Amino acid sequence: MKLDSRAPDGPIETAWDRHRQAIRLVNPANKRKYHVIVVGTGLAGASAAATLAQLGYNVSSFCFQDSPRRAHSIAAQGGINAAKNYQNDGDSVFRLFYDTVKGGDFRAREQNVYRLAQVSVNIIDQCVAQGVPFARDYGGLLANRSFGGALVSRTFYARGQTGQQLLLGAYQALSEQVGAGKVKLHSRTELLDVVLVDGKAKGIITRDLVTGEVKRWAADAVVLATGGYGNVFYLSTNAKGCNVTATWRAYKKGAGFANPCFTQIHPTCIPVMGEHQSKLTLMSESLRNDGRVWVPKQPGDMRRPRDIPEAERDYYLERIYPTFGNLVPRDVASRAAKRMVDEGHSVVAGGAGVYLDFRDAIKRLGHDVVSDRYGNLFDMYERITGDSPYETPMRIYPASHYTMGGLWVDYNLMTSVSGLYAIGEANFSDHGANRLGASALMQGLADGYFVLPYTIGDFLAGEKAGFNDTAHAAFDEAERNVKGQVDRLLGIKGKTSADVFHRRLGKIVWDGCGMARTKESLGKALTEIPALREEFWSDVSVPGTGADLNQSLERAGRVADFLEFAEVLCRDALTREESCGGHFREEHQHPDGEARRDDVNFQHGAVWGYEGEGNAPTRHTEPLDFRYVHPSTRSYK
Amino acid sequence: MKVNLRIWRQKGPDAPGAFQDFSGVEVVPEMSFLEMLDEVNRDLEAKGQEPVVFDSDCREGICGSCGAVVDGTAHGPGRQQTLCQLHMRSFQDGDTITVEPWRAAAFPVVRDLMVDRSAFDRIIQAGGYVTARTGSAPDANAVPIGKPEADAAFDAATCIGCGACVAACPNASAMLFVSAKSGHLGLLPQGQPQRYSRAEAMVQTMDGEGFGGCSNHGECEAACPKGIGVSYIARLNRDLLRAASGAASK
Ligand SMILES: Cc1cc2nc3c(=O)[nH]c(=O)nc-3n(C[C@H](O)[C@H](O)[C@H](O)COP(=O)(O)OP(=O)(O)OC[C@H]3O[C@@H](n4cnc5c(N)ncnc54)[C@H](O)[C@@H]3O)c2cc1C
Ligand code: FES
Repeated sequence: MKLDSRAPDGPIETAWDRHRQAIRLVNPANKRKYHVIVVGTGLAGASAAATLAQLGYNVSSFCFQDSPRRAHSIAAQGGINAAKNYQNDGDSVFRLFYDTVKGGDFRAREQNVYRLAQVSVNIIDQCVAQGVPFARDYGGLLANRSFGGALVSRTFYARGQTGQQLLLGAYQALSEQVGAGKVKLHSRTELLDVVLVDGKAKGIITRDLVTGEVKRWAADAVVLATGGYGNVFYLSTNAKGCNVTATWRAYKKGAGFANPCFTQIHPTCIPVMGEHQSKLTLMSESLRNDGRVWVPKQPGDMRRPRDIPEAERDYYLERIYPTFGNLVPRDVASRAAKRMVDEGHSVVAGGAGVYLDFRDAIKRLGHDVVSDRYGNLFDMYERITGDSPYETPMRIYPASHYTMGGLWVDYNLMTSVSGLYAIGEANFSDHGANRLGASALMQGLADGYFVLPYTIGDFLAGEKAGFNDTAHAAFDEAERNVKGQVDRLLGIKGKTSADVFHRRLGKIVWDGCGMARTKESLGKALTEIPALREEFWSDVSVPGTGADLNQSLERAGRVADFLEFAEVLCRDALTREESCGGHFREEHQHPDGEARRDDVNFQHGAVWGYEGEGNAPTRHTEPLDFRYVHPSTRSYK
Repeated sequence: MKVNLRIWRQKGPDAPGAFQDFSGVEVVPEMSFLEMLDEVNRDLEAKGQEPVVFDSDCREGICGSCGAVVDGTAHGPGRQQTLCQLHMRSFQDGDTITVEPWRAAAFPVVRDLMVDRSAFDRIIQAGGYVTARTGSAPDANAVPIGKPEADAAFDAATCIGCGACVAACPNASAMLFVSAKSGHLGLLPQGQPQRYSRAEAMVQTMDGEGFGGCSNHGECEAACPKGIGVSYIARLNRDLLRAASGAASK
């Protein structure tokens, strides 16, 4: 596998400008002759499809939900970062770049991150122009809040519904182009394979989720904006439909999968309360602006929180990390919570949890201010748990939330397969080993509005426009494979729901490759996963047929891919003999329990290449070079 | 605790439908309503039978995928919540719960509890946007927006497009949905240039899709999981009048 990052040399401040000067462009009059497939309508996919269409390309847009507006991005709560420095608190493009590289524990490509920080300011302008109702102060100017891992206030937000408002902005821009006939929209349609013609991505195979029809689509380039794989843990904050299928099938067609073991566990989620649970609910990180995290000093102290006197509470984040306090980055906060619970301080009887307390904030700011800032999150919490955070502290615990790993992409966001692009959470590009809060929305929109629409021109300019040969043998083969898998799943006629397998897989991966990993735990997972996969393929129950709507079949197909993917995830975690960001190997820690990175041996992206059914994948590397932010031990103390 | 379920089963838009009874379904109060349905489905699948089809994704009340009429009420008992936010603690041991899809001519049943709401997408495609080419925007703070307008626009913008308003309306009108979008964009300075054409285009498309007219029942407001009020409908009607009289746009 050839991994040429194509990242520009020279001064980083001008790298993106110089690159745009240097790459090829498609003549405006010719753009309409090109057809681009964009799979996914989250922030990344919707913004890309809309912008490509505005530029003149013909676009086909796909999503599995009934409407593009329902993509998982809709659920993002807290906010989006941008180096606007509207608060005059010393923010700058460089500082956002610096925070992101450091926050990612020095495992991201500097040039990509710098570009992200640069275009962040354009994103806010663009969204406001579309009518995104960001929070404002009484003077009518935009308000900001702080997120973990930063000492400045650079997060723009729309109450607790930032993702919803940003996605509606992108969805509306996309809808305008659909109305204008520049984008053809295919909802309730699932990508099941990528088609390569002469080594280049020239189409996809989909299944219509209503009619069951398996269909071929040809195009001049293919963009995957299909989101992350956090649901490999079964329980996660992701929407139920989030899956690895698109990126996994692309991997099997030759696209390198980078750093799958970099998964993010979010510290503030509502704890697991029972076996029936189908997902976990995030409580936005923004709550840590005003909430204080604590546990009882006495292990096993199960008194009601209000009955525990101040002196017997351990505000452990403030104690261990006085500089950042409750606003340490996610990986640090999550591991600290786990340590507290492992040492017996859990506040959930028979389970795991810590307190996030608003008593002092309410005292300091008053009920109304707190309600204005967090009202909808408090309501959400109360609805699920029956407890009011105005009266009693929230109980929270870390849960799978985001995946930094994804398809490897170069500076143009092209995967290792020519003509195949990956944007948003589906790629591995900007967050290294740990993503800072409010940076995923930024990256998705940066990729979709401001990067991909230009960089894709460099590839298209070298292609003859209008590829539409769906009769090509490559389509025959891909379609045969897709239909083969569908028939195989339907033919098993086993006794167990795919959902049950998914839950069992989730437990294996969480135990073996969750918040803390060891050689032993990973080895165990790596023997259990293939065994479970075998059981799945002999006992899964998929009633109905493939010739019409069949949700059992949809679920089973996604679980089948997770069952394969999970193995590469664990393998990646096993080979990365260091701790960094969201990847914590217990063997590699400092005496105080902080992560020990190994820059001599692991300052690289690990990129896995498919070697065919039954063969071990190969591990390639992209060395990383840090010229602007010098790798140091991350300290938030 | 145990509950009995009567769930609407229907193969497709033109197939006849009927209730299927499930008695003595074991639940715990902490379960969400959809988790209860998951449990029913796992059992059906284990027996080789087709599960009850329903839409859901975020399961936290924001994507607008889920929705069913539960005991006669869109999204079930409890105000300002979606079906996925409904928990079994809202029911009693021994209750019989009736579950049906949204019923509206413009939302044909796809299967069981799943309906086709693509008409909503077409309404937005007709005009529910602000035209703003990527890259052409002025600085975000160039136009200050007073907090009251920003807040009112926001309240309308919280619409999740679930369709409960249509399901609850005796006329199956989509006026609350349309007025929420026209209120969101029409209250902001950015939305002014297309304010009246937007309102007209969306309402025209709504009519063409087979939604009914609004006769001020107000059921939509009661059913809206986001609490969007009928005052936005009044606002939309004023905009439509101004558009028709030609007073606008000049
Ligand atoms: C609860 C929650 C809160 C969050 N809050 C924040 C926040 O405050 N700030 C922040 O920066 N980030 C936040 N994040 C992270 C952020 O929301 C996501 O990383 C981001 O929205 C991902 O966007 P995306 O466009 O890459 O993918 P998604 O929004 O996941 O969209 C994926 C799209 O791909 C489609 N798709 C997937 N597979 C297929 C297939 N096989 N065939 C066809 N279509 C397919 C889907 O239909 C969908 O349209 C949050 C995440 C969660 C879970
Ligand atoms: S599943 Fe998203 S609103 Fe209910």
